[in-house]
Amino acid sequence: MLSNIFESAALNEAIDIFIHEFPMALWDTVYVTILATAFAIVIGLPLGVMLVVGEKNGILPLNSAFMKVLNVVINLLRSVPFLILMILVFPLTRLIVGTTVGTTASIVPLVIAAFPFVARLAESSLREVNPNTIEMAQSMGASPLQIIMKVMIPESIPSLISNATIAITTILGYTAMSGIIGGGGLGKIAINYGYYRYKYLVMVFAVILLILLVQVFQTIGTKLAIKTDKRLKNKS
Amino acid sequence: MIEIKNLSKTFYTSDGEVPALKDVSISIPDGDIYGIIGMSGAGKSTLVRCINMLERPTEGTVIIDGEDLGALSEKELRMKRHDITMIFQGFNLLMQRTVLKNVTFPLELIGVNKEEAENKALELLKIVGLENKTKAFPAQLSGGQQQRVAIARALATNPKVLLCDEATSALDPDTTRSILSLLREINKDLGITIIIITHQMSVVESICKHVAILDNGEVVEEGEVGQVFSHPKSNAAKKLVFPDGDFANQAFIPREGERFIRVVYNGAQATGKPLIAHMAVEIGIEASISYAATSTIADKQYGSMILGIVGGDDEIKHAIEYLSRDADILAEEVSVNAE
Repeated sequence: MLSNIFESAALNEAIDIFIHEFPMALWDTVYVTILATAFAIVIGLPLGVMLVVGEKNGILPLNSAFMKVLNVVINLLRSVPFLILMILVFPLTRLIVGTTVGTTASIVPLVIAAFPFVARLAESSLREVNPNTIEMAQSMGASPLQIIMKVMIPESIPSLISNATIAITTILGYTAMSGIIGGGGLGKIAINYGYYRYKYLVMVFAVILLILLVQVFQTIGTKLAIKTDKRLKNKS
Repeated sequence: MIEIKNLSKTFYTSDGEVPALKDVSISIPDGDIYGIIGMSGAGKSTLVRCINMLERPTEGTVIIDGEDLGALSEKELRMKRHDITMIFQGFNLLMQRTVLKNVTFPLELIGVNKEEAENKALELLKIVGLENKTKAFPAQLSGGQQQRVAIARALATNPKVLLCDEATSALDPDTTRSILSLLREINKDLGITIIIITHQMSVVESICKHVAILDNGEVVEEGEVGQVFSHPKSNAAKKLVFPDGDFANQAFIPREGERFIRVVYNGAQATGKPLIAHMAVEIGIEASISYAATSTIADKQYGSMILGIVGGDDEIKHAIEYLSRDADILAEEVSVNAE
């Protein structure tokens, strides 16, 4: 089997598929990943904020029953394997997108799977903010909303960016998985050609591209996190 | 005028009730520099947080200019806090903001427009001597500079009261001195009442007019700094004045017939005089030094000595009279086993 991989016919065919199908697939993957991450942040970040400020000793204690439900829901969603979750949310996907198949349709399960994860990541970033800094803001007469918007989030930006990078690379992995149930992108190509039609070389190409994408996202994320961190000395 | 009346604060923890403050009553006149000193765990930080209601007292009231803070709603309290600002041991600057933006922070909270806020911030940074650091980030500054930024920030809303929570405890002695003289200037020039929480005697001695000594949640002594420190009565006060341990706790063996006089001196006049030598020459009483401790702070020297004198009532009386002639010196007979 291995020897077949590098036979010139297989190689030519793989290169052909690579040229004709990969640009679109790459675009689909990037577009789905970024959009799903963006939606997951829009939903997850406020929830992360709530998890921190809504605690009993937080700056804006919320109803304790609500907090319990929130925690349970987040844990619940996080414990469902993504493959199963995709199938479970079919009705919702159909309701929102109109279909359960295709690139755009895969955004719905991706967001559902990612926002609880993002909420937990945001929670951990926001908890890093020095409680003394929050006390300072309170002593200056800041309202809870002002503390969230002017202290907690801005002070944890580098950490939020690092965690957003973790989120985006994880979501990238999920998009590849969504190829199994009809999501588009590199995952679909890897599964359709590599798994169903035994064209391993195509799969290898897809995986290499996914690896490169992770590298790109991670490099950009790390650079941004360092650039925004004003706690590091010798920087202007 | 800040009046703290019968203030108690109890924390309810899983281990039971922890009384942090017990029936504290002090009044602080406008324009004063008032020190609250105590060992760690004495309740100082809780007390200062009760003044701006970061901690709600369990009992008692805090009245500032006739207004009972405990009766204010959360929103009214937030407005009030622009009048009672605070600086901290850890400076608590916003690390992701520039120096200038740190100082404009309290102004942003009350919706002052950007230009006006930045002008005010620049003016304050000039007062604290950091006008050339406006674009720097806190991490690029030294501790002393960071505390100056925090002071500028605390002044941004033109407060009436400045609370300092161990504001110099993280600084070296030189920096402490310069921060204290800045606070003194602010008190003098802007008329702001300053309340200083500290465990350092030197801080209180160098800038406070009045002091309260807090021990185990209670005010054990209160009054003018010179008065309180020159005759510490409570154990807590003695411990502060003589950090090496009070003479009473030290094992020394009195000579035959020896009695003791405690001499406490404050002020420059008292120092630089060969006091004991003069006493020997002028009234013929020889004293030995059983214990001595001095603390030299900025412009004043405080200290205490225990003089041992072998003699009767007359000698002791003479010695006390002789020593007390100097206005800066207080002398009293003490017994070695005294509390």
